Amino acid sequence: MSSPKPIQLILARQLASSLAMPILIVDTDGTLIFYNEPAEVILDQRFDETGEMPADAWSALFAVADEAHNPIAQEDRPTMMALSERKPFSRTVWMRCGHREWLHVSITAFPLIGEGRQFLGAQMIFWEV
Amino acid sequence: MQVTLWGTRGSLATPGPEMARYGGNTSCVGVIGREGTMLVLDAGTGIHPLAATIPESTRRVDILLTHLHMDHIQGLGFFAPLYRPGLEVHIWGPGSATLRLQARLMRYLSPPLFPVSLSELPCVLTFHEISSRDIDIGEFRVRSELVCHPGPTVGYRISAPDKRVLTYLPDHEPALGALRFPSLPREWTSGAMLAAEADLLIHDGQYSAAEYPGHCGWGHSSLNQTLDFGTLTEVKQLVPFHHDPDHTDTDLDRLIAQAIEETKPGYQVTPGIEGTVFEL
Repeated sequence: MSSPKPIQLILARQLASSLAMPILIVDTDGTLIFYNEPAEVILDQRFDETGEMPADAWSALFAVADEAHNPIAQEDRPTMMALSERKPFSRTVWMRCGHREWLHVSITAFPLIGEGRQFLGAQMIFWEV
Repeated sequence: MQVTLWGTRGSLATPGPEMARYGGNTSCVGVIGREGTMLVLDAGTGIHPLAATIPESTRRVDILLTHLHMDHIQGLGFFAPLYRPGLEVHIWGPGSATLRLQARLMRYLSPPLFPVSLSELPCVLTFHEISSRDIDIGEFRVRSELVCHPGPTVGYRISAPDKRVLTYLPDHEPALGALRFPSLPREWTSGAMLAAEADLLIHDGQYSAAEYPGHCGWGHSSLNQTLDFGTLTEVKQLVPFHHDPDHTDTDLDRLIAQAIEETKPGYQVTPGIEGTVFEL
């Protein structure tokens, strides 16, 4: 029997499924546990086909660079910062998936914290600028 | 275990001849284990007749609250064992992000809403915060999980030593926000892991399929969603519960039959009728 997702993550997924903004949800280990259809366009992957992906796997799907096009290490990306620091992070970056064009996007990531201060993971929103 | 439905009505107690067969008392289910462990699931008005069946020799009662909406706690102050000196009463339920369970309950069980304060009760009263974890109560292993319903709300999965399982989800809207229901695997469906392959599932079925769209987000399920949830979770028997206070006996007979016809469950459906006893 696989373990149930906390209700907060279930509701976050339901909400993300009904929004037009690209949204990714990761668990406390950084495993990508859901991304919605608009995010599928950016990642060039379909969630139904990939399922959950470990942090190393999904982070390798795209390159991220600062506004001066200097690469941003995985641990300095907003989602990983939100996980490690357990507070919101927002940053405007360049990102490229595979050999596609670079996108100029604002990324906002925030931790998901339930009752009793239970740490559940983080949610990330892309916003093309 | 023996499971007795003492109150099956949702939202509001509904006495009256047209409701007499399904019953008008609000949510309360009694569970008695083979070794004598006694659990009370929710404290709606059905807890009043249940109390009359508890022998004087009983030393401990555990009340498991799913949440603190009034129809699930209204009977608590009228639970006669609370007034027995020395009887151990354990109340389990969810706190909130800012208030503990006891403080939340005292909003109701204190003047002016209720004449007796919790601190005046002669029984030995203990409160236990619960959200998502496993606990052992007597012979039972009880798993709780937060589920989809407004405010902090849990469901319970009660396992007996003989591996028989009762799942109790009286207020539950797993279809909320789903584009299609059910379409996601169990681990992504509220309450589904609690109900997985249960011998008996007692589940919210407040609305008809036609009524649900007008009540989306209120925290309850349509009968069709309830029966589909039973299929997803592969339960052996399902009891539609928490009947809408506007539904008469005649309405419920018709609506449940209609839902069965439309969803064709591959398991037994037993309407939630007050006084029904299940032997698991």
